[in-house]
Amino acid sequence: MNVRTKMHQGTLYISLDGELDHHTAEFTRGQLDHHMVQTRAGQIIIDLANLKFMDSTGIGVLIGRYKKMRDRNVPIYVANPSSQAERIFKMTGLYSIMPKAN
Amino acid sequence: MTKKLIADPINAMRLELSAQSINESFARTTVAAFASQLDPTLDEINDIKTAVSEAVTNAIVHAYGEGIIKLKGVHLPSTDYTMPTIVIEAELFNDSIRIKVTDKGKGINDIEQAMQPFHTTKPEEERSGMGFTVMQSFMDNLNVSSRPNKGTTITMQKFFVKNSTPKENAV
Repeated sequence: MNVRTKMHQGTLYISLDGELDHHTAEFTRGQLDHHMVQTRAGQIIIDLANLKFMDSTGIGVLIGRYKKMRDRNVPIYVANPSSQAERIFKMTGLYSIMPKAN
Repeated sequence: MTKKLIADPINAMRLELSAQSINESFARTTVAAFASQLDPTLDEINDIKTAVSEAVTNAIVHAYGEGIIKLKGVHLPSTDYTMPTIVIEAELFNDSIRIKVTDKGKGINDIEQAMQPFHTTKPEEERSGMGFTVMQSFMDNLNVSSRPNKGTTITMQKFFVKNSTPKENAV
């Protein structure tokens, strides 16, 4: 898993490149927390365009990050999910806490 | 209403791997490659990959998760120690694939409860509790059988949209 970030006009963009499963979850979680904790961004967009695979472990990782940033009032959005990721998001109701970015 | 199998499988595979998270990707990719003999759609392949990943992750996280720690605390003669494994069997039929994921772990006490959406015994590890729900919605049939301290077998089947025959037999 490769985690890249970019700050643009008050938004923190985090791009996930690779596969998000139970094996890569701990590393991904650590990377996301590292970038999110120190951010001064008003919002965060997690870009999934280069995410090649995700299962329900990924939902746990995303919900965990939502809970952390909720206390700081920094909303998180997801962008460019694959059709497979999107089905899992809809199934789990993830979009109700982490809406899809336009 | 579930479809009944009437034909014998046209191909079969069996894979035994040690219950380590690094093997999750290997397991789902291998089964997907096997299923590709039936020329499924990309969505169908992704459904199979995801369902296998969920089943294998369950075995690693729940079946053996605590057992591995216990084993380390007990002095065992070196010959008695074997790394826990997961067995994946798959059978191809003309119109479907049937996949069986078996572990010899601690088993599931209450299968009905375990299959409830968002049910997790490990919220502190940020588990979503959606593994069985994902397997159920990505596959067509799902059966879970388990015995405490004996292990768990997950059997799932996916029917393909096209009633295709293996590439080798195609005319």
